[in-house]
Amino acid sequence: MRPRDLGFLCVAVGIALATGRGVIRSASPEREPRAAVPPRPRVSARVDQEFRALWSAQGIKPAPPAPELAVMRRLNLALTGAVPSLEEIRRFEAIEPGRRVDAWVEELLQSRRAADYLAERFARALVGTEDGPFLVFRRRRFVAWLSDALLENRPYPAIVRELIAERGVWTDHPAVNFVTVTRDEKTERPNPERLAARVSRAFLGARIDCAQCHDHPFQPWKQADFRGLAAFFGGVHSNLRGVTDGRNDYQPDDRKTREPETVAPAVPARPDLLPVDGPPRKRLAAWVVDPRNPYFGRAIANRAWAILFGRPLVEPVDDIPSIDEPPKTLDLLADDFVEHGGDLRRLLRAIAATETFRRDSLDVPGESAADDESWAAFPMTRLRPEQVAGALGQSASLETIGPRSHWLVRLGTYTEGNDFVRRYGDAGEDEFTPRGGTLPQRLLLMNGDLVEKRTKNNLGNASRRLAMLAPDDAKLVELAYLCVLTRRPSPEEAAHFAPRFKGVFGDARAKLASDLLWTLLNSIESSWNH
Amino acid sequence: MSIDRRGFLTLGVGAGLGWLTPAATALARRAEKTDGPPSSLILLWLAGGPSQLDTFDPHPESPNSGGVRAIETAARGVRLAEGFERLAAEMGSVALIRSATSKEGDHERGTYMLKTGFRPDPTIVHPSIGAVCCHELPVGEVDVPRHVSILAGQWPSRGGYLGGEYDAFQVDDPRGKLPDVAAFVPPERDARRVLDLDVVDAAFARGRAARVKATLHREATAAARAMMTSEQLKAFDVSEESAGTLAEYGDSPFGRGCLAARRLIEVGARCVEVTLGGWDSHVANREIQGRLVGVLDPAFSALIRDLRRRDLLSRTVVLCCGEFGRTPRINPLGGRDHWPDGFSMALAGGGLNTGFALGAADPAGQKDPIAPVPVQNVHATILTALGLDPRRENVAPVTGRPIRLSEGRPIDELLG
Repeated sequence: MRPRDLGFLCVAVGIALATGRGVIRSASPEREPRAAVPPRPRVSARVDQEFRALWSAQGIKPAPPAPELAVMRRLNLALTGAVPSLEEIRRFEAIEPGRRVDAWVEELLQSRRAADYLAERFARALVGTEDGPFLVFRRRRFVAWLSDALLENRPYPAIVRELIAERGVWTDHPAVNFVTVTRDEKTERPNPERLAARVSRAFLGARIDCAQCHDHPFQPWKQADFRGLAAFFGGVHSNLRGVTDGRNDYQPDDRKTREPETVAPAVPARPDLLPVDGPPRKRLAAWVVDPRNPYFGRAIANRAWAILFGRPLVEPVDDIPSIDEPPKTLDLLADDFVEHGGDLRRLLRAIAATETFRRDSLDVPGESAADDESWAAFPMTRLRPEQVAGALGQSASLETIGPRSHWLVRLGTYTEGNDFVRRYGDAGEDEFTPRGGTLPQRLLLMNGDLVEKRTKNNLGNASRRLAMLAPDDAKLVELAYLCVLTRRPSPEEAAHFAPRFKGVFGDARAKLASDLLWTLLNSIESSWNH
Repeated sequence: MSIDRRGFLTLGVGAGLGWLTPAATALARRAEKTDGPPSSLILLWLAGGPSQLDTFDPHPESPNSGGVRAIETAARGVRLAEGFERLAAEMGSVALIRSATSKEGDHERGTYMLKTGFRPDPTIVHPSIGAVCCHELPVGEVDVPRHVSILAGQWPSRGGYLGGEYDAFQVDDPRGKLPDVAAFVPPERDARRVLDLDVVDAAFARGRAARVKATLHREATAAARAMMTSEQLKAFDVSEESAGTLAEYGDSPFGRGCLAARRLIEVGARCVEVTLGGWDSHVANREIQGRLVGVLDPAFSALIRDLRRRDLLSRTVVLCCGEFGRTPRINPLGGRDHWPDGFSMALAGGGLNTGFALGAADPAGQKDPIAPVPVQNVHATILTALGLDPRRENVAPVTGRPIRLSEGRPIDELLG
């Protein structure tokens, strides 16, 4: 046996083991698009109305509706982390015009692909991107659990209750990873202050942890509020037997005397909503998700908006109380979310159904700087690293890469994508903060291994298949544009590219196709959500 | 309260006083000689946490010595662990801090603390000191990245709130090929691919010219193309050096990294970080530390000599440290664990006072260090030596929070 064969055997056994243990999940059947698309939530129209009133007051003329394919690209990027495949575009265009987008929203919202991707996006806010404490934290298990919850559209309040108050071992009760990820090496237990910060940012949309050291002039919540929140986690322990609750011994230093002081659990607002009895974490969870707690709905509405638009309604995404009055549009969405029992899918559907989401991303006369967002046009945001990696992988293949693809394709995409994201520079937890494009990013997209591998004339790559299968030159150019940019070429673009394929066949044709794909991938349009 | 956030910012940028300390005089002196080339920083990053007792602070007489022997150096009264014979000869140009303290005993958090001078803070990501240098110091005619991380470990230096463009450019062993700077296709195909971008970008810009311009994508592409064809790329290629120089730095990726660092500083890079990993000796501490000292010694000493020879030492600060030290107590596996409560760092160049050791840590690990130096003070010292005022404030994006370059106080003994 040659060493190569031995290596192959090891890989095969490893994969078998990994599949058995649920590290690699087998493909679960993706549901067919439903015939019935639910009616447009009424709140979408009210949000639009609100914006229109704002624009007419400011004399802003909003952008016209975007082409349907452009909206499809936004949806795929937001909900699956990749551009649509050619195969998807075909299915999309088979639905009658006017109904396409709504039907596509439904199809994506109910897919495992979207659940997986959204779980990863939410996990950033919940447990961060670090690997976390060895042994007691299992990020993948956590994300898989969250993905299952999203796929069955469990009410969001139920998910949050479990995150805050669940007990047990992190493998059997994956929600407790929310707690164990904060485990402190020195004290050997979860850190109440880091937990308070997480709860406040993820579920209340407030950076109460800014008050960890001292009060800030423009923050409504003070240090005492922060410590009161942390005290709910003052009795939580985690060891190899799992997460348990004990006596509250959270004792931060008093600001003046520098002596440890005992702090009782207290909530920063609406104390009337806090249950009197029960274990502290359960009481806190009940307060957080109470329909009368305004922070909860606003926080998730702002985050859902940010996931779909690439930019939150109120910036930063987790610092809503720092502005005097949240926009009415945010409250409309938050109220609708709470009224419908915390239905996340409905919230995403409602935002995607607004005219605002479906407007073109053109310049708006009267809108000055990019950070003064009027939402009169769809905002342009830089694609996130994993979206670039996803787009790169997807555009090279004509079929959809997702839970239905062969596991080899997915595994390959996963490892390549991870390596690419590492080199491209992951945005980390603070994922909605605008960042400039960097020199290494440009170099990587122009000269990187992955780009070469995905565009070159290779069996299975789009370049070869387009060159071989496209019926004529114009069609070849059109298909390349659809694969990478999810649109058809303008007449000028078609006139520029199509003639060079005339009378060129075989390898030379595939090389020309790979050059075209390279150019499209390196265009401004390809790196931006628009 | 009638004053809003923005107003508060403009009011709050007032600078403090205190023009009587050596730090202030050093700053003033640097401000006067603005004609000289700007300074640079080389960070020799010992990832994993070197043991102070096996490197810069040996105590053979202590029961915790672990069998280390100490050698005399060119600096009177300053001894180093055996294995540092070459560095010992250069100790006149090196200052040791033997009482560094931080509050972070975890690798990731400790790395953040040492590289940024701030404790990890969930509300903001601070820039590494190299990113601060690139942001604050003059740019000059440089095609290559000004912030470079050679042999980048798990947590290379980041731009933090200054933006991704200040992240360190990561490269591997300078013996290998530089990644992503050469096109995969022949020049004529490459050139046409790039020309074709105009056609696609023009189509996209129709109706959104202002927004497309604001992406700065074309500028970034132009900068990347300039780097691909730049003569300065040779700075990464240590094969241009003589065999003698290469041997002086040691035949190791780290040695070649230090040599590339010097070459990069020469063409105008502001901060180069070179990582030597593997110091996390929870088991078999003495063997691990001894082996790594064998790699560090030739590289560090050759770097100091080489910089001096080329008249670069006075305007290049060299900092050599890891994320923390290691416990004085030796554990049952013959290892030492994490120890942020009194560890050692080495500084050279940049016009700093050298040839002595500052502070002392208890080799028994019982008493607090004498003259403790919080890590942020080292940052403030380096910034001052580079001609920057650590009290200067930057404004964090989105939140608009004013943040000082460093919260530390410059160390008078090293400056002036």
